[in-house]
Amino acid sequence: MTAQAIKDQSQERQKQMLSDYFDSLAHAKENGRKVVYTFVPGNLTELIANFDLLPVLPEINALQNGMRGRTGDFIHAAEKSGHSEDVCTYVKADIGMLKAGNMGPTGQPLPKPDMLLLSYTGCFTFLKWFELLRKEYADCPVVMLHVPYQGDGHVTPQMRKYVADQIRDKVIPALEKLSGRKFDPDKLKRDLKRSSVAEDDLVWVLESARHKPSPIDAYFGGVYYIGPIFTAFRGTQDAVDYYQLLRSEIEERIRLGLGPVTPEGNLGEEKYRIVTEGPPNWTSFREFWRMFYSEGAVVVASTYTKVGGLYDRGFRHDPANPIETLADYCMGCYTNLSLPERINLIESYMNEYQADGLLINSVKSCNSFSAGQLLILREIEKRTGKPGGFIESDLVDPRYFSAANIKNRLESYFQMIEARRGRA
Amino acid sequence: MECFIGIDLGSTTTKAVALDSQGRMLGRGITNSRSNYDVAAQVARQEALTNVRFEMLSRALRAEGRFADAAEGLEAWLLAGYRHECFLGALTRLEDHCRRDLENPRFDSDRYTMNDALERIFKGIRADAAAAYTPGAASRSDFFRDLAGASFTAHAAEVSRQGGPAFDRLVGLFDRNIIPVENETETRSFQHLLMAGYRRAPDDLRQDDDALSRLLETAATAPLTEVRTVGTGYGRVRLPFPKECIRSEILCHGLGAHLMFPATRTVLDIGGQDTKAIQVDENGVVTSFQMNDRCAAGCGRYLGYIADEMNIGLHELGPLAMGARRRVKINSTCTVFAGAEFRDRLAAGQAREDIVAGLHRAIILRAMSLLARSGGIRNEFTFTGGVARNPAAVKALREVAEENYGGLTLNIAPDSIYTGAVGAATFALRDVVGAATTQEAA
Repeated sequence: MTAQAIKDQSQERQKQMLSDYFDSLAHAKENGRKVVYTFVPGNLTELIANFDLLPVLPEINALQNGMRGRTGDFIHAAEKSGHSEDVCTYVKADIGMLKAGNMGPTGQPLPKPDMLLLSYTGCFTFLKWFELLRKEYADCPVVMLHVPYQGDGHVTPQMRKYVADQIRDKVIPALEKLSGRKFDPDKLKRDLKRSSVAEDDLVWVLESARHKPSPIDAYFGGVYYIGPIFTAFRGTQDAVDYYQLLRSEIEERIRLGLGPVTPEGNLGEEKYRIVTEGPPNWTSFREFWRMFYSEGAVVVASTYTKVGGLYDRGFRHDPANPIETLADYCMGCYTNLSLPERINLIESYMNEYQADGLLINSVKSCNSFSAGQLLILREIEKRTGKPGGFIESDLVDPRYFSAANIKNRLESYFQMIEARRGRA
Repeated sequence: MECFIGIDLGSTTTKAVALDSQGRMLGRGITNSRSNYDVAAQVARQEALTNVRFEMLSRALRAEGRFADAAEGLEAWLLAGYRHECFLGALTRLEDHCRRDLENPRFDSDRYTMNDALERIFKGIRADAAAAYTPGAASRSDFFRDLAGASFTAHAAEVSRQGGPAFDRLVGLFDRNIIPVENETETRSFQHLLMAGYRRAPDDLRQDDDALSRLLETAATAPLTEVRTVGTGYGRVRLPFPKECIRSEILCHGLGAHLMFPATRTVLDIGGQDTKAIQVDENGVVTSFQMNDRCAAGCGRYLGYIADEMNIGLHELGPLAMGARRRVKINSTCTVFAGAEFRDRLAAGQAREDIVAGLHRAIILRAMSLLARSGGIRNEFTFTGGVARNPAAVKALREVAEENYGGLTLNIAPDSIYTGAVGAATFALRDVVGAATTQEAA
């Protein structure tokens, strides 16, 4: 991939934010700052920031490394040290990176954790991942927030209290102890307010895909749009500014009647409007993306962009109930939804975004996503009458991205949509 | 005559089909895909067009009263003669390549004996061909590589046995020089080849020589317009066609199966390197599909690999398995592991037939999981692809499908290998004349 990708101003801005972030991690220790390792789903970023701690997100490191072509070697190293081929490749990429000296995606060193904060337990692999890291960093405290699954399809008051109590009684004291600072409720409220402002703009951007043509790609572009809000920046002025800038760019695209921006410029004709389920492949991200835009396929809604919360279904961080809102957030990420709720959500996307079909990218690594996906496919086909497509790849293991096969499948899928349109 | 062409570029064979403007099959051709897809597509198309010419010829002969009675015999001779000419042309090119190869300095020490051996081998092949290209003679393959290869090997073995050069050295000559020959196409005109073939027919069939010659020449030179060609198959991106003339093989197989068996709702296609489970609606439009993705286990190549391991021809594998008396359960659908499992079972004293039958069942079971993923099997069920020609695979499929989905109508067309090409040709036709008129076609 030699061609320089075409980027919007907001993308450049985000790149700078990320670069500053990794920079601050690289110099954390010399600046006397402590770091907390945590995961994207259910992350307590505002709370971590409340104690002037820095979050490190291992999945983000893995996917960033994947996009930079580094994970193949890392995974190989992890497998050499005994991890099975069947273990989640995010984990193996992280372990491999650690073994190779813990240099992060930008080539700068990552700081050792001062705490492992597990704030989403819906993914069993997260638990095991931190068990592995605990072994590596023997003196590092571990804090676990137990997050109940939305088995019945909603969050009950008891569930909310259960999680909020843990935040109050376990997480905050542990963070106070680590940082030597007192919890500052007013700062939390101020930060949560900023979160909700940015979240409003994010939702506006995601929902702009209802336009025809859609001004955004809600999957390949979407993963950039969710970047700041799902990671270290939520609650910061940086994030508020980023989303304002992004929104203004999209407003302009709508005004000009433009489709999404792709690495090769603006998309021409919008031929297929697709909803996707499942994470993208990171190791061949641009190649994967090209398979869509070269056929005129635009993703108008995706479930992957909800792994850090379903803002588009109304959730906002609520400064008036700071602890409860964090509890709700932890329980509200996409993979914590029951299977029927996931199906309902996808069905509503199919309708609201006037999609032509549902495409599932089933990744080998992630059972939280992949279990039940064929049922989802059948059910959506039945409910909407729209064709479903199914491809298989992986998150960051390049061995599981068979480009020729995936391209073949995608082309067949798009042509199937076309053929069925012809019939209608 | 106007014709619409579909080309299905598979990993093992390339198929072409020509339809007339009513969607009726005019001709079809098949060739091995070799390493050069462009040539494979060209050869298959040429074969299909040749077939069209013969179809036109047949119609002309039958329409002409005085030839109608002898038409059948004459057609058979003409076709055999035509194929014989093509074979001899390719053989001459092969011989030329071999002779040129012998000019290489590494043959300095035995050039004379090698040339002499070649002389005898090619003489033998030509004699074999004269017998093989008579109407009604059984042919083991349609492909020059297979036919010439088998004959070359047999004669080389004989020459070597009689004190000629080492067998390996002779076969090496064939292996090196068949490749350029396969990548060349026939340059002589249909008319030329047809008339050369005609001259080989027995005298009693050539009663009214002048009139018949004229009729043949007319049929051979009648204009044939290729209105549109649509390409499909695994190698389709390599086809020198514009993008709009390329369709996914999923759509082509679905439509092709529908055209062959209009009540088809589920299609299973097992080809050389992929397996497809396709659901179609009452119009042959694909509604859902699944293909093997991360791994090619359980495809046609699996059987090819086993045949290689056993040192028998692929087409002999099915009949061998049909002789099974016991059911042997094979767990591995990994192509490479299957070889080990095969040898292991043999060592344990199990019968070859039984093991091979087990291997067939194993790939069918793998196909069943793909079918389940695509939405199960609905009646009627059509089985296509190279593996559908294997009786043991069909038997296993019938059993397993019935165990899982109860009684079903299982359709297998004798020419199911052309399913994708028929679909592609129909797309070509529909692109030009629209879908409505071709709904009942083929």
